[in-house]
Amino acid sequence: MISVKNVIKKFGDFIAVDGLSFDIKPGDVVGFLGPNGAGKSTTMKILTGFIEPTEGEVRVGNMAMDQSRKDIQTKIGYLPEGAPAYGDMTPAQFLHFIAEVRGLKGDAKHARIKEVVQQVELQDVLDKPIDNLSKGFKRRVGLAQAILHDPEILILDEPTDGLDPNQKHQVRQLIQNLSKDKIVIISTHILEEVTAVCNRVMIIADGHLRFDSTPQALLQRSRFYQAVSLHLSYSADISGLAELPGVEDMEVDMHSGKVTLFPEEGKEIVHLVNEHVQQRKLPVDMLFVEQGRLDEVFRALTLGATAR
Amino acid sequence: MIGIVFKREFASFFATPVAYVFITIFLILSGIFTFFIGGLYERGQADLLPFFNFHPWLYLFLVPAIAMRSWSEERKNGSIELLMTLPITSFEAMMGKFFAAWAVLALSLMLTFPLWLTVNYLGNPDNGIILAAYVGSWLMSGAFLAIGMCMSALTKNQVIAFILAIVVCFLFVVSGSNIVLDAFKGWAPSVVLDTIASFSFLTHFESMSKGVIALNNVVYFLIVASLWLYGGLLIIEQKKAD
Repeated sequence: MISVKNVIKKFGDFIAVDGLSFDIKPGDVVGFLGPNGAGKSTTMKILTGFIEPTEGEVRVGNMAMDQSRKDIQTKIGYLPEGAPAYGDMTPAQFLHFIAEVRGLKGDAKHARIKEVVQQVELQDVLDKPIDNLSKGFKRRVGLAQAILHDPEILILDEPTDGLDPNQKHQVRQLIQNLSKDKIVIISTHILEEVTAVCNRVMIIADGHLRFDSTPQALLQRSRFYQAVSLHLSYSADISGLAELPGVEDMEVDMHSGKVTLFPEEGKEIVHLVNEHVQQRKLPVDMLFVEQGRLDEVFRALTLGATAR
Repeated sequence: MIGIVFKREFASFFATPVAYVFITIFLILSGIFTFFIGGLYERGQADLLPFFNFHPWLYLFLVPAIAMRSWSEERKNGSIELLMTLPITSFEAMMGKFFAAWAVLALSLMLTFPLWLTVNYLGNPDNGIILAAYVGSWLMSGAFLAIGMCMSALTKNQVIAFILAIVVCFLFVVSGSNIVLDAFKGWAPSVVLDTIASFSFLTHFESMSKGVIALNNVVYFLIVASLWLYGGLLIIEQKKAD
Protein backbone atom coordinates (compact mmCIF):
# COMPACT_ATOMS: atom_id res chain seq x y z
CA MET A 1 0.00 0.00 0.00
CA ILE A 2 1.46 3.29 -1.12
CA SER A 3 -0.07 6.47 0.09
CA VAL A 4 0.90 9.85 -1.23
CA LYS A 5 -0.42 12.97 0.43
CA ASN A 6 -0.23 16.50 -0.95
CA VAL A 7 3.20 16.00 -2.43
CA ILE A 8 4.79 19.11 -3.88
CA LYS A 9 8.20 19.20 -5.52
CA LYS A 10 9.82 22.43 -6.53
CA PHE A 11 13.07 22.86 -8.42
CA GLY A 12 13.89 26.48 -7.77
CA ASP A 13 10.89 28.38 -9.11
CA PHE A 14 9.71 25.48 -11.22
CA ILE A 15 6.96 23.37 -9.69
CA ALA A 16 7.36 19.86 -11.06
CA VAL A 17 4.74 18.18 -8.89
CA ASP A 18 1.93 20.26 -7.46
CA GLY A 19 -0.16 18.75 -4.68
CA LEU A 20 -0.35 15.13 -5.75
CA SER A 21 -2.41 12.77 -3.57
CA PHE A 22 -3.32 9.15 -4.25
CA ASP A 23 -3.33 5.65 -2.76
CA ILE A 24 -2.20 2.52 -4.53
CA LYS A 25 -3.27 -0.92 -3.29
CA PRO A 26 -1.65 -4.31 -3.91
CA GLY A 27 -2.94 -5.72 -7.18
CA ASP A 28 -3.02 -2.31 -8.82
CA VAL A 29 -1.13 -2.04 -12.07
CA VAL A 30 -0.94 1.69 -12.51
CA GLY A 31 -0.04 3.42 -15.73
CA PHE A 32 1.33 6.93 -15.39
CA LEU A 33 0.52 8.90 -18.50
CA GLY A 34 1.40 12.45 -19.27
CA PRO A 35 3.26 14.70 -21.67
CA ASN A 36 7.01 15.09 -21.38
CA GLY A 37 7.91 17.21 -18.39
CA ALA A 38 4.55 16.61 -16.74
CA GLY A 39 6.08 15.31 -13.53
CA LYS A 40 5.82 11.55 -14.11
CA SER A 41 9.49 10.83 -13.58
CA THR A 42 9.71 13.25 -10.68
CA THR A 43 6.80 11.47 -9.02
CA MET A 44 8.53 8.15 -9.52
CA LYS A 45 11.76 9.52 -8.09
CA ILE A 46 9.84 10.66 -5.02
CA LEU A 47 8.10 7.29 -4.68
CA THR A 48 11.44 5.47 -4.80
CA GLY A 49 13.02 7.83 -2.28
CA PHE A 50 15.61 9.18 -4.72
CA ILE A 51 14.51 12.74 -4.13
CA GLU A 52 12.61 14.18 -1.21
CA PRO A 53 9.41 16.11 -1.83
CA THR A 54 9.46 19.80 -0.93
CA GLU A 55 6.20 19.27 0.93
CA GLY A 56 3.88 16.38 1.63
CA GLU A 57 4.29 12.81 2.68
CA VAL A 58 4.89 9.42 1.09
CA ARG A 59 4.07 6.30 3.08
CA VAL A 60 4.56 2.69 2.16
CA GLY A 61 2.66 0.32 4.42
CA ASN A 62 3.07 1.83 7.86
CA MET A 63 6.46 3.39 7.13
CA ALA A 64 7.09 7.01 6.21
CA MET A 65 9.62 7.63 3.45
CA ASP A 66 11.46 10.38 5.29
CA GLN A 67 12.04 8.11 8.30
CA SER A 68 12.50 4.59 6.94
CA ARG A 69 13.80 5.23 3.44
CA LYS A 70 16.19 2.27 3.34
CA ASP A 71 13.57 -0.15 4.70
CA ILE A 72 11.10 0.98 2.08
CA GLN A 73 13.69 0.70 -0.67
CA THR A 74 14.22 -2.97 0.09
CA LYS A 75 10.59 -3.51 -0.93
CA ILE A 76 10.89 -1.61 -4.18
CA GLY A 77 12.27 -2.64 -7.53
CA TYR A 78 12.99 0.38 -9.70
CA LEU A 79 13.89 0.86 -13.32
CA PRO A 80 14.98 4.48 -13.66
CA GLU A 81 14.38 6.41 -16.86
CA GLY A 82 16.82 5.33 -19.57
CA ALA A 83 17.70 2.14 -17.66
CA PRO A 84 21.07 3.30 -16.33
CA ALA A 85 23.54 0.61 -15.35
CA TYR A 86 27.27 0.26 -14.83
CA GLY A 87 28.45 0.06 -18.39
CA ASP A 88 31.82 -1.47 -17.67
CA MET A 89 30.19 -4.51 -16.07
CA THR A 90 28.65 -7.44 -17.89
CA PRO A 91 25.00 -8.25 -17.19
CA ALA A 92 26.15 -11.27 -15.18
CA GLN A 93 28.45 -9.18 -12.97
CA PHE A 94 25.87 -6.45 -12.67
CA LEU A 95 23.09 -8.81 -11.60
CA HIS A 96 25.39 -10.45 -9.07
CA PHE A 97 26.16 -7.03 -7.63
CA ILE A 98 22.48 -6.14 -7.38
CA ALA A 99 21.66 -9.57 -5.90
CA GLU A 100 24.25 -9.08 -3.18
CA VAL A 101 22.96 -5.62 -2.38
CA ARG A 102 19.49 -7.13 -2.17
CA GLY A 103 20.76 -9.65 0.34
CA LEU A 104 20.58 -12.76 -1.85
CA LYS A 105 23.30 -15.31 -1.15
CA GLY A 106 24.75 -18.58 -2.39
CA ASP A 107 22.51 -21.01 -4.24
CA ALA A 108 19.41 -18.86 -3.83
CA LYS A 109 21.26 -16.03 -5.54
CA HIS A 110 22.40 -18.13 -8.49
CA ALA A 111 19.00 -19.72 -8.91
CA ARG A 112 17.21 -16.40 -8.83
CA ILE A 113 19.61 -14.77 -11.29
CA LYS A 114 19.21 -17.70 -13.66
CA GLU A 115 15.44 -17.45 -13.43
CA VAL A 116 15.34 -13.72 -14.09
CA VAL A 117 17.84 -13.99 -16.94
CA GLN A 118 15.49 -16.46 -18.59
CA GLN A 119 12.46 -14.29 -17.95
CA VAL A 120 13.96 -11.33 -19.80
CA GLU A 121 16.02 -13.48 -22.20
CA LEU A 122 19.50 -12.21 -21.50
CA GLN A 123 21.28 -15.57 -21.95
CA ASP A 124 23.10 -14.56 -25.12
CA VAL A 125 24.66 -11.37 -23.80
CA LEU A 126 25.49 -12.31 -20.21
CA ASP A 127 29.22 -11.82 -20.66
CA LYS A 128 29.34 -8.76 -22.90
CA PRO A 129 29.93 -5.36 -21.30
CA ILE A 130 26.63 -3.53 -20.86
CA ASP A 131 28.10 -0.55 -22.73
CA ASN A 132 28.26 -2.66 -25.88
CA LEU A 133 24.68 -3.89 -25.72
CA SER A 134 21.82 -2.62 -27.87
CA LYS A 135 19.17 -0.38 -26.37
CA GLY A 136 16.73 -3.26 -26.09
CA PHE A 137 19.15 -5.43 -24.16
CA LYS A 138 20.13 -2.56 -21.87
CA ARG A 139 16.48 -2.03 -21.05
CA ARG A 140 16.11 -5.72 -20.28
CA VAL A 141 19.15 -5.65 -18.00
CA GLY A 142 17.44 -2.79 -16.17
CA LEU A 143 14.24 -4.80 -15.90
CA ALA A 144 16.10 -7.86 -14.65
CA GLN A 145 17.75 -5.74 -12.00
CA ALA A 146 14.40 -4.34 -10.89
CA ILE A 147 12.60 -7.68 -10.51
CA LEU A 148 15.58 -9.61 -9.15
CA HIS A 149 14.51 -9.60 -5.50
CA ASP A 150 10.86 -10.21 -6.36
CA PRO A 151 9.80 -6.86 -4.91
CA GLU A 152 6.37 -6.04 -3.53
CA ILE A 153 6.43 -2.78 -5.40
CA LEU A 154 7.74 -2.45 -8.91
CA ILE A 155 8.26 0.99 -10.37
CA LEU A 156 9.24 1.12 -14.03
CA ASP A 157 9.96 4.38 -15.83
CA GLU A 158 9.26 3.78 -19.52
CA PRO A 159 10.03 0.05 -19.47
CA THR A 160 9.30 -0.55 -23.16
CA ASP A 161 11.06 2.50 -24.58
CA GLY A 162 13.42 1.42 -27.32
CA LEU A 163 12.14 -2.15 -27.58
CA ASP A 164 10.86 -3.70 -30.78
CA PRO A 165 7.21 -4.85 -30.92
CA ASN A 166 8.07 -8.43 -29.97
CA GLN A 167 10.08 -7.31 -26.97
CA LYS A 168 7.35 -4.90 -25.97
CA HIS A 169 4.88 -7.72 -26.00
CA GLN A 170 7.24 -9.82 -23.92
CA VAL A 171 7.73 -7.11 -21.31
CA ARG A 172 4.00 -6.54 -21.06
CA GLN A 173 3.46 -10.22 -20.47
CA LEU A 174 6.17 -10.21 -17.86
CA ILE A 175 4.43 -7.36 -16.05
CA GLN A 176 1.06 -9.08 -16.26
CA ASN A 177 2.48 -12.30 -14.84
CA LEU A 178 4.10 -10.46 -11.97
CA SER A 179 1.31 -8.35 -10.86
CA LYS A 180 -1.24 -10.55 -9.11
CA ASP A 181 -0.65 -9.31 -5.58
CA LYS A 182 1.96 -6.64 -6.17
CA ILE A 183 1.94 -2.97 -6.84
CA VAL A 184 3.21 -2.12 -10.29
CA ILE A 185 3.63 1.42 -11.50
CA ILE A 186 4.77 2.07 -15.04
CA SER A 187 5.11 5.30 -16.92
CA THR A 188 4.77 5.33 -20.64
CA HIS A 189 4.09 7.42 -23.69
CA ILE A 190 2.41 4.53 -25.45
CA LEU A 191 -1.29 4.86 -24.80
CA GLU A 192 -2.17 1.34 -25.96
CA GLU A 193 0.22 -0.04 -23.38
CA VAL A 194 -2.01 1.24 -20.64
CA THR A 195 -5.06 -0.61 -21.88
CA ALA A 196 -2.90 -3.67 -22.50
CA VAL A 197 -1.35 -4.07 -19.04
CA CYS A 198 -2.82 -1.64 -16.52
CA ASN A 199 -5.97 -1.78 -14.46
CA ARG A 200 -5.65 1.80 -13.39
CA VAL A 201 -4.62 4.93 -15.24
CA MET A 202 -3.31 8.16 -13.82
CA ILE A 203 -2.82 11.08 -16.13
CA ILE A 204 -0.47 13.72 -14.86
CA ALA A 205 -0.04 17.09 -16.51
CA ASP A 206 1.68 20.19 -15.16
CA GLY A 207 2.28 18.33 -11.92
CA HIS A 208 -1.44 17.79 -11.31
CA LEU A 209 -3.39 14.56 -11.34
CA ARG A 210 -5.87 15.02 -14.18
CA PHE A 211 -7.41 11.58 -14.32
CA ASP A 212 -7.39 8.53 -12.05
CA SER A 213 -9.58 5.57 -12.94
CA THR A 214 -9.70 2.43 -15.08
CA PRO A 215 -8.53 2.31 -18.71
CA GLN A 216 -12.17 1.59 -19.61
CA ALA A 217 -13.29 4.82 -17.97
CA LEU A 218 -10.62 6.61 -19.93
CA LEU A 219 -11.95 5.18 -23.18
CA GLN A 220 -15.46 6.21 -22.20
CA ARG A 221 -14.36 9.78 -22.09
CA SER A 222 -13.70 9.67 -25.77
CA ARG A 223 -16.21 11.21 -28.15
CA PHE A 224 -15.64 8.10 -30.24
CA TYR A 225 -16.64 5.69 -27.46
CA GLN A 226 -19.47 3.52 -28.83
CA ALA A 227 -19.56 5.59 -32.01
CA VAL A 228 -20.36 3.68 -35.19
CA SER A 229 -18.21 4.04 -38.27
CA LEU A 230 -19.19 2.75 -41.65
CA HIS A 231 -18.00 2.95 -45.20
CA LEU A 232 -20.01 2.81 -48.41
CA SER A 233 -18.77 1.16 -51.56
CA TYR A 234 -20.48 3.83 -53.73
CA SER A 235 -22.27 7.00 -52.78
CA ALA A 236 -25.83 6.79 -51.54
CA ASP A 237 -28.20 8.90 -49.51
CA ILE A 238 -27.10 8.60 -45.92
CA SER A 239 -28.87 11.64 -44.51
CA GLY A 240 -31.33 9.34 -42.73
CA LEU A 241 -28.54 8.03 -40.49
CA ALA A 242 -28.12 11.35 -38.75
CA GLU A 243 -31.87 11.42 -37.97
CA LEU A 244 -31.82 8.11 -36.07
CA PRO A 245 -32.84 8.37 -32.42
CA GLY A 246 -29.81 8.45 -30.14
CA VAL A 247 -27.48 9.79 -32.83
CA GLU A 248 -26.10 13.09 -31.79
CA ASP A 249 -23.85 13.93 -34.69
CA MET A 250 -22.59 12.59 -37.98
CA GLU A 251 -19.22 13.24 -39.51
CA VAL A 252 -18.07 12.32 -42.98
CA ASP A 253 -14.42 12.13 -43.74
CA MET A 254 -14.16 13.58 -47.26
CA HIS A 255 -10.85 11.93 -47.90
CA SER A 256 -11.61 8.32 -47.03
CA GLY A 257 -15.39 8.49 -47.30
CA LYS A 258 -15.74 7.07 -43.82
CA VAL A 259 -18.93 8.02 -41.99
CA THR A 260 -18.90 8.24 -38.21
CA LEU A 261 -22.05 8.48 -36.12
CA PHE A 262 -21.68 9.77 -32.59
CA PRO A 263 -24.20 8.60 -30.01
CA GLU A 264 -25.79 10.72 -27.34
CA GLU A 265 -24.25 10.03 -23.99
CA GLY A 266 -24.84 6.49 -22.77
CA LYS A 267 -26.85 5.42 -25.86
CA GLU A 268 -26.04 2.38 -27.95
CA ILE A 269 -26.82 2.99 -31.56
CA VAL A 270 -25.22 0.14 -33.45
CA HIS A 271 -28.43 -1.94 -33.81
CA LEU A 272 -30.39 1.08 -35.03
CA VAL A 273 -27.75 1.90 -37.56
CA ASN A 274 -27.70 -1.70 -38.66
CA GLU A 275 -31.48 -1.81 -39.10
CA HIS A 276 -31.43 1.42 -41.05
CA VAL A 277 -28.74 0.11 -43.35
CA GLN A 278 -30.71 -3.10 -43.95
CA GLN A 279 -33.98 -1.25 -44.65
CA ARG A 280 -32.48 1.22 -47.09
CA LYS A 281 -30.20 -1.36 -48.62
CA LEU A 282 -27.28 0.99 -48.23
CA PRO A 283 -24.12 -0.34 -49.93
CA VAL A 284 -22.17 -0.68 -46.68
CA ASP A 285 -18.92 -2.65 -46.99
CA MET A 286 -17.62 -1.92 -43.51
CA LEU A 287 -19.33 -1.20 -40.22
CA PHE A 288 -17.88 -1.25 -36.74
CA VAL A 289 -18.22 0.13 -33.25
CA GLU A 290 -15.41 2.45 -32.18
CA GLN A 291 -13.59 1.70 -28.91
CA GLY A 292 -12.81 5.26 -28.03
CA ARG A 293 -9.64 7.03 -29.01
CA LEU A 294 -7.06 7.38 -26.29
CA ASP A 295 -4.91 9.92 -28.07
CA GLU A 296 -7.87 12.26 -28.32
CA VAL A 297 -8.76 11.87 -24.64
CA PHE A 298 -5.13 12.26 -23.71
CA ARG A 299 -4.86 15.50 -25.64
CA ALA A 300 -8.06 16.80 -24.16
CA LEU A 301 -7.03 15.98 -20.60
CA THR A 302 -3.50 17.24 -20.83
CA LEU A 303 -4.16 20.36 -22.85
CA GLY A 304 -6.88 21.39 -20.44
CA ALA A 305 -9.99 21.17 -22.66
CA THR A 306 -12.84 18.81 -21.85
CA ALA A 307 -13.06 15.51 -23.68
CA ARG A 308 -16.58 15.79 -24.92
CA MET B 1 27.16 -2.97 2.13
CA ILE B 2 30.44 -1.08 2.09
CA GLY B 3 32.11 -4.34 1.14
CA ILE B 4 29.74 -4.95 -1.77
CA VAL B 5 30.22 -1.44 -3.13
CA PHE B 6 33.97 -1.78 -2.59
CA LYS B 7 34.07 -4.98 -4.62
CA ARG B 8 32.15 -3.47 -7.49
CA GLU B 9 34.21 -0.29 -7.58
CA PHE B 10 37.51 -2.09 -7.27
CA ALA B 11 36.59 -4.49 -10.07
CA SER B 12 35.46 -1.60 -12.23
CA PHE B 13 38.91 0.01 -11.97
CA PHE B 14 40.29 -3.13 -13.56
CA ALA B 15 37.41 -3.70 -15.99
CA THR B 16 38.38 -0.41 -17.60
CA PRO B 17 42.02 0.47 -18.30
CA VAL B 18 41.96 3.09 -15.51
CA ALA B 19 43.82 1.04 -12.91
CA TYR B 20 46.40 -0.30 -15.36
CA VAL B 21 47.14 3.10 -16.84
CA PHE B 22 47.28 4.65 -13.40
CA ILE B 23 49.62 2.06 -11.94
CA THR B 24 51.92 2.11 -14.98
CA ILE B 25 52.20 5.90 -14.98
CA PHE B 26 52.68 5.93 -11.23
CA LEU B 27 55.53 3.44 -11.45
CA ILE B 28 57.22 5.18 -14.37
CA LEU B 29 56.98 8.63 -12.80
CA SER B 30 58.12 7.50 -9.39
CA GLY B 31 61.08 5.81 -11.08
CA ILE B 32 62.00 8.96 -12.95
CA PHE B 33 61.66 11.14 -9.86
CA THR B 34 63.66 8.78 -7.72
CA PHE B 35 66.58 8.09 -10.03
CA PHE B 36 66.93 11.15 -12.21
CA ILE B 37 65.65 14.01 -10.11
CA GLY B 38 66.11 12.57 -6.64
CA GLY B 39 69.50 11.09 -7.49
CA LEU B 40 69.10 7.84 -5.56
CA TYR B 41 72.50 6.52 -6.65
CA GLU B 42 74.42 9.78 -6.41
CA ARG B 43 73.41 10.32 -2.82
CA GLY B 44 75.20 7.17 -1.84
CA GLN B 45 72.77 6.47 0.97
CA ALA B 46 70.77 3.30 1.39
CA ASP B 47 67.35 4.82 1.96
CA LEU B 48 64.29 5.72 -0.09
CA LEU B 49 64.06 9.37 0.88
CA PRO B 50 64.39 10.61 -2.74
CA PHE B 51 61.49 8.32 -3.63
CA PHE B 52 59.15 9.44 -0.86
CA ASN B 53 60.05 13.13 -1.14
CA PHE B 54 58.31 13.36 -4.48
CA HIS B 55 55.14 11.61 -3.45
CA PRO B 56 53.14 14.75 -2.62
CA TRP B 57 53.89 16.11 -6.10
CA LEU B 58 53.13 12.82 -7.76
CA TYR B 59 49.82 12.45 -5.93
CA LEU B 60 48.93 16.02 -6.77
CA PHE B 61 48.27 15.02 -10.38
CA LEU B 62 47.67 11.31 -10.21
CA VAL B 63 45.20 10.97 -7.35
CA PRO B 64 42.71 13.49 -8.79
CA ALA B 65 42.85 11.41 -11.97
CA ILE B 66 41.70 8.34 -10.15
CA ALA B 67 39.18 10.18 -7.97
CA MET B 68 37.53 12.25 -10.70
CA ARG B 69 35.27 9.50 -12.00
CA SER B 70 33.95 8.33 -8.65
CA TRP B 71 30.79 10.46 -8.55
CA SER B 72 30.92 12.45 -11.78
CA GLU B 73 30.48 9.34 -13.86
CA GLU B 74 27.58 8.08 -11.76
CA ARG B 75 25.80 11.37 -12.12
CA LYS B 76 26.57 11.71 -15.81
CA ASN B 77 25.17 8.34 -16.86
CA GLY B 78 22.35 8.32 -14.32
CA SER B 79 23.47 5.22 -12.46
CA ILE B 80 23.43 7.33 -9.29
CA GLU B 81 19.65 7.05 -9.42
CA LEU B 82 20.01 3.29 -9.33
CA LEU B 83 22.63 3.35 -6.58
CA MET B 84 20.66 5.70 -4.35
CA THR B 85 17.42 3.75 -4.68
CA LEU B 86 19.08 0.51 -3.69
CA PRO B 87 19.11 -0.13 0.04
CA ILE B 88 22.58 1.40 0.30
CA THR B 89 23.12 4.60 2.26
CA SER B 90 25.13 7.45 0.74
CA PHE B 91 27.68 6.93 3.48
CA GLU B 92 28.15 3.29 2.55
CA ALA B 93 28.46 4.19 -1.12
CA MET B 94 31.00 6.92 -0.36
CA MET B 95 33.12 4.67 1.84
CA GLY B 96 32.96 1.78 -0.62
CA LYS B 97 34.16 4.05 -3.41
CA PHE B 98 36.83 5.63 -1.23
CA PHE B 99 38.30 2.35 -0.03
CA ALA B 100 38.26 0.90 -3.55
CA ALA B 101 40.30 3.78 -4.94
CA TRP B 102 42.50 3.78 -1.86
CA ALA B 103 43.17 0.08 -2.41
CA VAL B 104 44.30 0.83 -5.96
CA LEU B 105 46.71 3.40 -4.48
CA ALA B 106 47.94 0.81 -1.99
CA LEU B 107 48.51 -1.61 -4.82
CA SER B 108 50.46 1.01 -6.77
CA LEU B 109 52.65 1.64 -3.74
CA MET B 110 53.25 -2.05 -3.23
CA LEU B 111 54.29 -2.45 -6.83
CA THR B 112 57.20 -0.09 -6.21
CA PHE B 113 58.86 -2.94 -4.29
CA PRO B 114 61.73 -3.22 -6.82
CA LEU B 115 63.01 0.08 -5.41
CA TRP B 116 63.02 -1.42 -1.96
CA LEU B 117 64.84 -4.49 -3.29
CA THR B 118 67.35 -2.20 -4.97
CA VAL B 119 68.34 -0.31 -1.82
CA ASN B 120 68.47 -3.57 0.12
CA TYR B 121 70.77 -5.01 -2.52
CA LEU B 122 72.98 -1.94 -2.51
CA GLY B 123 73.23 -1.43 1.21
CA ASN B 124 71.61 -1.98 4.57
CA PRO B 125 68.73 0.46 4.88
CA ASP B 126 66.54 0.64 7.95
CA ASN B 127 63.53 -1.28 6.68
CA GLY B 128 61.39 -0.10 9.59
CA ILE B 129 61.84 3.47 8.39
CA ILE B 130 60.94 2.48 4.84
CA LEU B 131 57.81 0.66 5.97
CA ALA B 132 56.77 3.63 8.09
CA ALA B 133 57.29 5.94 5.13
CA TYR B 134 55.15 3.69 2.95
CA VAL B 135 52.35 3.78 5.50
CA GLY B 136 52.70 7.56 5.78
CA SER B 137 52.59 7.97 2.03
CA TRP B 138 49.48 5.84 1.78
CA LEU B 139 47.79 7.86 4.52
CA MET B 140 48.60 11.05 2.68
CA SER B 141 47.23 9.63 -0.57
CA GLY B 142 43.96 9.04 1.29
CA ALA B 143 43.73 12.73 2.07
CA PHE B 144 44.36 13.59 -1.59
CA LEU B 145 41.76 11.04 -2.60
CA ALA B 146 39.12 12.46 -0.26
CA ILE B 147 39.62 15.91 -1.78
CA GLY B 148 39.35 14.46 -5.28
CA MET B 149 36.15 12.60 -4.45
CA CYS B 150 34.57 15.66 -2.92
CA MET B 151 35.31 17.60 -6.11
CA SER B 152 33.93 14.73 -8.15
CA ALA B 153 30.69 14.92 -6.18
CA LEU B 154 30.49 18.58 -7.13
CA THR B 155 30.19 18.20 -10.90
CA LYS B 156 29.05 15.85 -13.63
CA ASN B 157 32.06 16.78 -15.69
CA GLN B 158 35.13 14.69 -14.96
CA VAL B 159 37.55 17.21 -16.42
CA ILE B 160 36.23 19.94 -14.15
CA ALA B 161 36.39 17.57 -11.20
CA PHE B 162 40.01 16.79 -12.09
CA ILE B 163 41.07 20.41 -12.35
CA LEU B 164 39.25 21.50 -9.19
CA ALA B 165 40.84 18.63 -7.30
CA ILE B 166 44.31 19.59 -8.50
CA VAL B 167 43.78 23.19 -7.47
CA VAL B 168 42.57 22.30 -3.97
CA CYS B 169 45.27 19.67 -3.52
CA PHE B 170 47.85 22.15 -4.72
CA LEU B 171 46.79 24.63 -2.04
CA PHE B 172 47.16 21.94 0.59
CA VAL B 173 50.59 20.99 -0.68
CA VAL B 174 52.16 24.39 -1.23
CA SER B 175 50.92 25.97 1.96
CA GLY B 176 53.95 24.39 3.60
CA SER B 177 56.47 25.08 0.89
CA ASN B 178 59.13 27.74 1.29
CA ILE B 179 57.70 29.82 -1.54
CA VAL B 180 54.48 30.41 0.32
CA LEU B 181 56.01 30.64 3.75
CA ASP B 182 58.62 33.15 2.59
CA ALA B 183 55.86 35.39 1.32
CA PHE B 184 54.42 35.56 4.82
CA LYS B 185 57.71 35.64 6.65
CA GLY B 186 58.81 38.97 8.05
CA TRP B 187 55.42 40.61 8.35
CA ALA B 188 53.01 37.96 9.55
CA PRO B 189 53.18 36.81 13.15
CA SER B 190 54.65 33.39 13.63
CA VAL B 191 51.30 32.04 14.78
CA VAL B 192 49.87 32.70 11.30
CA LEU B 193 52.96 31.24 9.72
CA ASP B 194 52.67 28.09 11.80
CA THR B 195 48.96 27.79 11.09
CA ILE B 196 49.51 28.00 7.35
CA ALA B 197 52.33 25.52 7.52
CA SER B 198 50.29 23.19 9.70
CA PHE B 199 47.69 22.86 6.96
CA SER B 200 50.26 21.56 4.57
CA PHE B 201 50.57 17.99 3.47
CA LEU B 202 54.31 18.63 3.05
CA THR B 203 54.86 19.55 6.66
CA HIS B 204 53.02 16.52 7.94
CA PHE B 205 54.53 14.16 5.44
CA GLU B 206 58.10 15.33 5.96
CA SER B 207 58.68 13.48 9.19
CA MET B 208 56.73 10.51 7.98
CA SER B 209 58.94 10.17 4.92
CA LYS B 210 61.83 9.90 7.33
CA GLY B 211 60.09 7.07 9.12
CA VAL B 212 58.64 8.92 12.08
CA ILE B 213 54.99 8.12 12.46
CA ALA B 214 53.86 10.69 14.95
CA LEU B 215 50.30 10.50 16.15
CA ASN B 216 49.53 14.10 15.27
CA ASN B 217 50.50 13.55 11.64
CA VAL B 218 48.42 10.40 11.36
CA VAL B 219 45.47 12.12 12.97
CA TYR B 220 45.95 15.12 10.68
CA PHE B 221 45.64 13.06 7.51
CA LEU B 222 42.72 11.06 8.89
CA ILE B 223 40.90 14.24 9.85
CA VAL B 224 41.54 15.88 6.49
CA ALA B 225 40.29 12.78 4.69
CA SER B 226 37.21 12.50 6.92
CA LEU B 227 36.29 16.14 6.53
CA TRP B 228 36.52 16.09 2.75
CA LEU B 229 34.61 12.83 2.55
CA TYR B 230 31.94 14.29 4.79
CA GLY B 231 31.82 17.37 2.56
CA GLY B 232 31.45 15.12 -0.46
CA LEU B 233 28.63 13.28 1.28
CA LEU B 234 26.74 16.51 1.93
CA ILE B 235 27.25 17.60 -1.66
CA ILE B 236 26.08 14.31 -3.14
CA GLU B 237 22.97 14.30 -0.96
CA GLN B 238 22.27 17.80 -2.16
CA LYS B 239 23.03 17.40 -5.84
CA LYS B 240 22.31 13.78 -6.67
CA ALA B 241 19.19 14.56 -8.65
CA ASP B 242 20.56 17.57 -10.59
